[in-house]
Amino acid sequence: MIKLRVNGKPRMFRGAPFKRLLDVLREDFRLTGAKEGCGEGECGACTVLLDGEPVNACLIPVCQAAGRRVETVEALGTPEKLSKLQASFLERGGAQCGICTPGMLVAARAHLASGGRPDDASVREALAGNLCRCTGYQHIVESVLAAAKGAKKPAKAKRPRA
Amino acid sequence: MRGDARSMRVLAPRTPAEASRALAADPRALALAGGTDVMVSWNMGLLNGRTVVDLSRLPWRRVRETKAGLELGALCTHADLRRHPDVRARFPLLAEACATVGAAQIQNRGTLGGNLANASPAGDTFPPLAAYEAIVRCVGPTGRREVPLAAFFTGVKRTLLAPGELIESVLLPAPPRPWTRSLFRKVGTRAAQAISKTVFAGLLRVEKGAVADVRLAFGSLAPTVRRLKAAEEFLRGRRLDAEAAARAADLLGLDVSPIDDVRSTREYRLAASRGLLIRFLKGD
Amino acid sequence: MAAMASVGTSALRREGPEKLTGRALYLDDLDVPGAWHGVTVRAGVPRGRIKSVSFDPSFPWKECVVVTAKDIPGKNVVTLIEPDQPLLADGEVRHREEPILLIAHPDRAKAYEARSRVTVEYEPLPPVLSLEDSLSVKEKIFKDDNVFKSFLIEKGDLKGGFALADFVVEGEYRVPHQEQAYIENNAMAAWEKDGVLTVTGSLQCPYYVVKALKVLLGRDESKVRVIQTVTGGGFGGKEEYPSMIAGHAALLALKAKRPVKIVYDRHEDMAATTKRHPAVVRHRTGLTKDGRLVAQDVDVVMDGGAYATLSAVVLSRGTLHATGPYECPNVRVRARAVATNTPPNGAFRGFGAPQTLFAAELHWERISRALGLDALTLRRRNLYREGSVTATGQVLRESIGASECLDLVVKRSDYEKKRKDYDLWNADPAKPTWRGIGLSVCHHGAGFTGSGEVYLASRAAVALTRDGRILVLAASTEIGQGTNTIFAQMAADALGVPSDWVEVETPDTHKVPDSGPTVASRTTMVVGGLVRRAALELKAALDAEGGRVPKTRADLKKSAAALCGREPLRRFEVRYEKPPEIVWDEGTYRGDAYGVYSYAAFAADLEIDRATGEVRVRKATTAQDIGRAVNPRLAEGQIIGGCAQGLGWALLEEPVYKDGVMANAQLTNYVIPTSLDAPPFDVTIVERPYSRGPFGAKGVGELPMDVPAPAVAAAVRHATGRLIATIPQTPERILAALAGPEDA
Repeated sequence: MIKLRVNGKPRMFRGAPFKRLLDVLREDFRLTGAKEGCGEGECGACTVLLDGEPVNACLIPVCQAAGRRVETVEALGTPEKLSKLQASFLERGGAQCGICTPGMLVAARAHLASGGRPDDASVREALAGNLCRCTGYQHIVESVLAAAKGAKKPAKAKRPRA
Repeated sequence: MRGDARSMRVLAPRTPAEASRALAADPRALALAGGTDVMVSWNMGLLNGRTVVDLSRLPWRRVRETKAGLELGALCTHADLRRHPDVRARFPLLAEACATVGAAQIQNRGTLGGNLANASPAGDTFPPLAAYEAIVRCVGPTGRREVPLAAFFTGVKRTLLAPGELIESVLLPAPPRPWTRSLFRKVGTRAAQAISKTVFAGLLRVEKGAVADVRLAFGSLAPTVRRLKAAEEFLRGRRLDAEAAARAADLLGLDVSPIDDVRSTREYRLAASRGLLIRFLKGD
Repeated sequence: MAAMASVGTSALRREGPEKLTGRALYLDDLDVPGAWHGVTVRAGVPRGRIKSVSFDPSFPWKECVVVTAKDIPGKNVVTLIEPDQPLLADGEVRHREEPILLIAHPDRAKAYEARSRVTVEYEPLPPVLSLEDSLSVKEKIFKDDNVFKSFLIEKGDLKGGFALADFVVEGEYRVPHQEQAYIENNAMAAWEKDGVLTVTGSLQCPYYVVKALKVLLGRDESKVRVIQTVTGGGFGGKEEYPSMIAGHAALLALKAKRPVKIVYDRHEDMAATTKRHPAVVRHRTGLTKDGRLVAQDVDVVMDGGAYATLSAVVLSRGTLHATGPYECPNVRVRARAVATNTPPNGAFRGFGAPQTLFAAELHWERISRALGLDALTLRRRNLYREGSVTATGQVLRESIGASECLDLVVKRSDYEKKRKDYDLWNADPAKPTWRGIGLSVCHHGAGFTGSGEVYLASRAAVALTRDGRILVLAASTEIGQGTNTIFAQMAADALGVPSDWVEVETPDTHKVPDSGPTVASRTTMVVGGLVRRAALELKAALDAEGGRVPKTRADLKKSAAALCGREPLRRFEVRYEKPPEIVWDEGTYRGDAYGVYSYAAFAADLEIDRATGEVRVRKATTAQDIGRAVNPRLAEGQIIGGCAQGLGWALLEEPVYKDGVMANAQLTNYVIPTSLDAPPFDVTIVERPYSRGPFGAKGVGELPMDVPAPAVAAAVRHATGRLIATIPQTPERILAALAGPEDA
């Protein structure tokens, strides 16, 4: 049995320990926000946060997520109550077909939450692991920047473990 | 997704000795660190039925100052290294290289040791490691040994790791004197999240107007990362001008042998590498 | 007083909140109880005759359901234009990715395992793997000449035109395949219940799937139901191939007597499904010394792949756009689509036009060099304006924003100053880069070609339910472009009610009429026009009933109850009617090829590393005349997204074919732009209203794809002095060209 924390709640998984985190989230926990776009860590559609850092859930066996915090797009907000970042995407056209959107949102959230700079170049670098074929990225970057504006700057940038 | 999770056996050793034993016992067992390579093959259905030795619990995610230099634990991720103040200050080419590996998601998972063990010809961190003359610390059933990076790779996807032997850390020896200039440059298939067509790391020290030390390393131009021994030899002691740079670049072909593949051509790899080399040597 | 107009405002994306919270359910997200997983055994050889199929006896086949061509109750064909493509190969195989048989298993990994236990033996036949080999007819693989379709357009007197020319300029241009690379792979589920076979999945054209299933299963249309799920991008790639997958899922479901899901992985999707047609286009152009076109002779060849599929219509659009948006009195365009033993090529945003427009636009660079006149002046001298007559004899009457778009782009990109500044920059050997700026202007016909819309006879409806819900009923799919949102906006404005009163029904063929396919930049202009008309009919009925438009929801409910009487709803359905001034002769290819054209201009401002040839687009400037932007933010999203795909094709994307199959069928090696590759875009929407378009709207979906590639190639020429007549303009091609002589 593998214990992990998903979107703030303790969850248990009984099953093959090598099952991918992506499949556990989607099939066992019915959190289908994270998508499989390529299965090779290239498109970022399966991005979730593992202890706050963006990772490709298609490249992680669930045994490596044991005892750790996982956050998915489902933790950000609901259609009735969108988070600031989600509302900004809605207003500025950050989502079109929507398939890359959950991954894009959690990657953007991790960037802003870890004290990443809210400028065009930094946001583009932070999102470079999330492919989008619809938007040409401009409305996505605008959405992230607008959401960051006015957002409180974290007191301290996250430090590496050393 | 074509992998079958139920067909896999997972071992999670707590100590290096346990891990070594598990790997030595089953020659087909897979060592798993960050998973960014293993899982790609697994997703394609190529690794069903194998035993996986998950190394992520081993205490190897530390950066340590030693007498000889900086010791990087094999389980340090690329994100750890690109952010680490000591790595950035003293071995900036490695930090820069780590920032070009995949994108954030891959950098957060992929590890230094996993990357080395995977031994891709296009490994982005290898040219800096080769230029810094890194030493790979291995531990296995017969004990510890230290292998210079130059000897660690034996071919495409091949290393001299023996069965059950693991990479524990990488030692970056402190340079005797500061470098006059250094450059890391990756030419990928696109601006980010790309595999290298050619990847370069160069270190140069000029004293009294002449080249006192020079280290030039390329990835993606041969089965393994290559130092340009002929060009380095030619440059040592020489005054660096445009002509010397061009003549050194002419020697490139003696140490590399790029190929045509779906990502680029031999001709391009040589031409672009030559251009980068000349630019570095001229200090443009 | 009527509600505030919604058309022209950036109303929020209807399904946005679900997409932004992970609630939107794509096919792979659907929990279909009891569903088995279907996989496809594919040929693995480019051409051959099937000798035998064998199943590894050590595998527990009892656990599976296996479907072969023999299990097809109707005709073994994927119905489209020509009935030539089988659903499952039976006898002969014509490309490597051709489906041979299908397997379903309760477990996905086991289904793949089963697939690997099937061995197909062939008697090999010599394959035709390139367009050139096909033209040379070394092997006959389609009729006597390997030509699926050919077209000829003639205007004026070509010979006489060349006699008047002071200059004759020739050029040959090539474009490669392109992969749509939607981020959601193809996926479909099927099941039968109460005698109705239901298929649901990721698709653009629900009624295409119905028509294919009807023939395949030999059953009445009422016994087939197709429902679109939320779809993660299409770009043409989910126009035709979903009919194939739907057929596969349906056969497996019928045989297994339970639901079956087929979800392609990335490799299979890239290798097996359709791509943009590669093309070779030759131009021979006569001009007077002051730069006026007097003769255009264009020859187009496209590689259709192994089956006819949509090649005829892709070629048609390519042919009709081959001259570029320029008036010339004497024109000949000859075009052919040929067969090869590669997976069939098909629809991809632009649909043949980006291929021929790349050639037409880049050819100005060659003309410019020959005449000593700059490409901007040359374009201005020949560009379509009111009263221009096209190659098919169509007189352009209205909504012609070509010049306005060009002028805007020249100004906003600072084109003329940058041409000079960059010449100086490039002359300085100390600079680490070369810089260049290049232009393009394109037109794009909105809607189906010629009589296509008449044949389609599309329908759409607006309904009012007794409890006061207003429903738009149309088969046009939301694939990211904003169909749901703009339909609601247009219906609301026609009715004079707030747009949030209007709901848009999910495309479900048991609920919505056949509005034709979601392709050809026709959703806003053609189907939107139908939605508006249907809404006006509802309004007239409401007016007749209550004498006024309801102002409140309560009012609406009262009116609805009165209007519906005992019926659960009143439905107002309209059918496409051809504007009387549109006249087209399919036989001679003369007349009004399209009701109207949209126009775009583009400037690519880029920089090339002198050592490595790497290209960085510094800025992309574009102006696009789309008649009217029903929703400016969504329209801008289409423009930027389409231009980004065009930049990908221009600079990065190239499916590498080896032995008849894509060798880089992975997102790792088929590279599309990331956020760091995409430049900043400066977009201006030009609105020259079209009198027949709803609220003045024309098409916007495909136009943005046409413009980037030729502008990039022109900019690369400016930067390097080398004209590279193909794409992608990779560092490999740039350094190779630089090793050769300067061409200016």
